Amino acid sequence: MKTVTVNIVTPDGPVYDAEVTMVIAKTTSGEIGVLPGHIPMVAPLAIGAVKLNKEGGQTDLAAVNGGFIEVRPDKISILASSAEVAETIDLARAKAALTRAEQRLQQKQDNVDFKRAELALQRAINRINVHEGNI
Amino acid sequence: MVNLREIKGRINSTKSTQKTTKAMQMVSSSKLRRAESNAKAYVPYMEKIQDVVGAIAAGTKDSGHPMLTTRPVKKTAYLVIGSDRGLAGAYNSSILRQLQRTINERHKSKDEYVVFAVGRVVRDYFVKRDHNVIGSVVQLPDQPTFADIKEIARNAVGMFIDGAYDELYMYYNHFESAISQVVTEKKVLPLTEIAPATSNAAYEFEPSGEAILEVLLPQYAESLIYGALLDGKASEHASRMTAMRNATDNASDLIAELSLQYNRARQAAITQEITEIVGGAAALE
Repeated sequence: MKTVTVNIVTPDGPVYDAEVTMVIAKTTSGEIGVLPGHIPMVAPLAIGAVKLNKEGGQTDLAAVNGGFIEVRPDKISILASSAEVAETIDLARAKAALTRAEQRLQQKQDNVDFKRAELALQRAINRINVHEGNI
Repeated sequence: MVNLREIKGRINSTKSTQKTTKAMQMVSSSKLRRAESNAKAYVPYMEKIQDVVGAIAAGTKDSGHPMLTTRPVKKTAYLVIGSDRGLAGAYNSSILRQLQRTINERHKSKDEYVVFAVGRVVRDYFVKRDHNVIGSVVQLPDQPTFADIKEIARNAVGMFIDGAYDELYMYYNHFESAISQVVTEKKVLPLTEIAPATSNAAYEFEPSGEAILEVLLPQYAESLIYGALLDGKASEHASRMTAMRNATDNASDLIAELSLQYNRARQAAITQEITEIVGGAAALE
């Protein structure tokens, strides 16, 4: 099967680098699946999971907080301000972030804080889902 | 005779100071190594994002995006990256001196500019002098992550888009080598100095070039700020290391000099004692 190199890069360093057969990511306008040899493309990503199908049926998962995906025929790069692969996610921390965000949402302060808490909530849920593998 | 004990005391206290400075020097040098590797980890991200921004900006000329447009400058913002603690040689003072000079040259009144301060020393300096400090971060860890700076970076970029100011400059110490750090001024916004992409791949934009710029440009500007922070942190550790090495060397010199004085004084005391004994014996004969 044909493969393509995938890099997930954050300001704190690269978090993922492997050969995969298909990438499934959630962009702001919907989910996309990218196969090797795709035409060059750039798309912004939503907070969500990135599925990386490897040769032999194995699948890696990564939680990505926004950013964008850059596709070239032989190389796919995902650039996000933060991203974690499933194995490195600290579940306890993600759960703590979840409760914190929920509390903040219940307090209902001004709009800016509300939006920020909502995003934090999404990120936390995303990380927990990716860690538990239920996508 | 009088100052024998006094000299001994000074030698001891200098020795204990030397121990402290030596320990600080070693701590800083290991932190510097970490900071350098952090800065290295950041490079691929920056290169990639620069590449894509260049490609898109070249493809969608005259997009009219607020972050790419130069406006008449009514108000300027300065983002100054310093440290929380002192004992780092001229690290903070050189940056503050240069910025103060620039401000004096460019602006007539305090209403023409605002300051974002990173680091307690910087914040205190500007607050004390009644400048408009509109944002600050203190107590950043020695190995900062993107999350630590995200909020101030987002504010700095967001306020530019909202039109609170028309230019954003960064001031930080650029790390050249362990012994040389240079105060650097860098214009962040508007983004006028985007390098053209090296790879001229014609990208398909999903959903559109403008929509991507909307996401990409703030992310790009925030990463520029983060890059400067990493650079500044490496400089801070290097600067502290050099300062502490100088202090340790000075302490060694001081100890050598004091030891000489001490030995002289001790010898003088012994000689005097012998002279007295000899004198006493001679008087008995």
